[in-house]
Amino acid sequence: MSFLELNKVTKIYPNGTKAVHETSMNVENGEFMVFVGPSGCGKSTLLRMIAGLEDITEGYINLDGILINKVDPSERDVAMVFQNYALYPHMNVYNNLAYGLKNRGISKEDIEKKVNEAAKLLQISEYLQRKPSMLSGGQRQRVAMGRAIVRNPKIFLFDEPLSNLDAKLRIQMRLEIKKLQQKVGVTSIFVTHDQVEAMTLADRLAVINNGLIEQLGTPIEIYNNPKSMFVAGFIGSPQMNFLEGELKNKTLTSEGFEINNVTSDFNGPVILGIRPEHMSQTDKGLINLSVDLVEQLGSDNLIYGEIKNKKDFCFRCPGSQIIKKGSKLSLNINDNNYYVFDKSNGNRVN
Amino acid sequence: MIRYFSSNFSHLILLIGIFIMIIPVWLIFASSTHTALIINTQGLQFFLGDKFLENYTKVLLYEGGFFKEITALKMFLNSFLMATGVAFLSVISSLMTAYVLVYFRVKYATLLFWIIFITILVPLELRIFPTYSVMSTLNLVNSYWGLIIPISASAIATLFFRQFYKTIPDELLESAKLDGANTWRFFIDFLVPLSKTMIVAMFIFMFVFGYNQYLWPILVTSSEQYWTVVMGLKMMSGSIVNKFAFVIMSMIPPVLIIIVLQKYFIKGIFQDK
Repeated sequence: MSFLELNKVTKIYPNGTKAVHETSMNVENGEFMVFVGPSGCGKSTLLRMIAGLEDITEGYINLDGILINKVDPSERDVAMVFQNYALYPHMNVYNNLAYGLKNRGISKEDIEKKVNEAAKLLQISEYLQRKPSMLSGGQRQRVAMGRAIVRNPKIFLFDEPLSNLDAKLRIQMRLEIKKLQQKVGVTSIFVTHDQVEAMTLADRLAVINNGLIEQLGTPIEIYNNPKSMFVAGFIGSPQMNFLEGELKNKTLTSEGFEINNVTSDFNGPVILGIRPEHMSQTDKGLINLSVDLVEQLGSDNLIYGEIKNKKDFCFRCPGSQIIKKGSKLSLNINDNNYYVFDKSNGNRVN
Repeated sequence: MIRYFSSNFSHLILLIGIFIMIIPVWLIFASSTHTALIINTQGLQFFLGDKFLENYTKVLLYEGGFFKEITALKMFLNSFLMATGVAFLSVISSLMTAYVLVYFRVKYATLLFWIIFITILVPLELRIFPTYSVMSTLNLVNSYWGLIIPISASAIATLFFRQFYKTIPDELLESAKLDGANTWRFFIDFLVPLSKTMIVAMFIFMFVFGYNQYLWPILVTSSEQYWTVVMGLKMMSGSIVNKFAFVIMSMIPPVLIIIVLQKYFIKGIFQDK
């Protein structure tokens, strides 16, 4: 039995909107699970159902062997970090951390000990007497995490906690969250729409679309082996290139080139997916790209161009390579790293 | 330069406004320190006289009314009790009403709120007969509760608290829930401290409102024991200077409450935002 079990969990709002479709998954003890998906895909709803902030329409959720469908949020022993932190503005940092403990009837000495420990861990000891309005974004983020840690809950829930921070701080906090989780070892679920965050934080990640889990697996599994066009497009940056084509007798024809010996018995219209980083320049390659735009990132160059009917085809090459706008490139796909999807439903066929 | 000029100009306008408001008050005050003879023969006085102590002590201890049962001091006590009672009760009831309307799953909460709100269109003066009849059935005529209760439900204060609660992000409630706060704790630990500023503002507002009541206290009390200051202004007999002195004294409590509470009011505004 897993630590957290979701069994055919469904959420239908009173107005009839189905936010989450019969979702089942297991999260193991100590695991860092990330829900990733575009906004409005139901990932936050799913998290809020685990927290107890939304009713579960159908299905059941088990936490640590206990059915928690009808358990009040305060008794589920879960802690949540909100997008806007939801710190208590009228309490100082100490009381923000201590409030949940006070409500559990823990003695004053124990509260003080726990708060100080958590504060030390998060390096917020010197701000304990300050009010949240006197803290910077990163410090508030730490206080919000402290509030979760201090209670020593069964599970941490993070609802896009980094999206209010600037880019640099976000990367730093991302690192800290991961380190902290490894140190404390508490099972965590992290919701984000940022695929880089998802890839870097997750032990396993669930790609969610339209209230359904499209794919569940380790970040690398999902990157290397996307099951659908949606997952392929969502994970990876810059986005995978999609080309229309036709697959017939293991031969794929697309935008002026052919790939033979495709490992698929599918026949019909398909979408060919190639990641920008899975190509390299050769003399006589498959793909002829006329360059429109070069983005120099320093370590890498992102080359955007046109191949036959497809615009904005992206190719990634090392930053040392100098490529001029207007030039023509000949590209090959490395090690058959391409993906073929059924055009009608987006499912992977190779 | 322009800024300097415009700020001076607006100060000038403010000063003129202050003078317009202060001068009549000062006239009454200065006049109240003279003898009645001087006022009657020479009119209102701009400068202070030497009868301040004499006039004011006389007024405070003067036994008024037909039955000589009431002194000005007692009137001040009555007014203070009434105004404080009204302020307390209306702040508490509005806080709680707004809490229910915003945070409880009340069907038609918005409709209910507007029904509460339109009671503004029905002031006490309009419903004075039914209100009196309720008070008399409850045996509250000629009592402090009779003075206080009928004007202790404030739709305006409810509106203010409701609008304020609506600006509090839902995450705060959710976070408090996860921290184990029940309905009552959320109210006491969160909403009350967060609306501190507004509570003080509403308290001042309702205190002055209660203090200024005239018609209702006249109707609901027949015993002179329950006369309030504002009633006394009308009922007061005695010489003109005594009346002036009483007018001046009647202004002190509301002014005092504003001065005392304003400190917290401003503190609240600047600290908690």
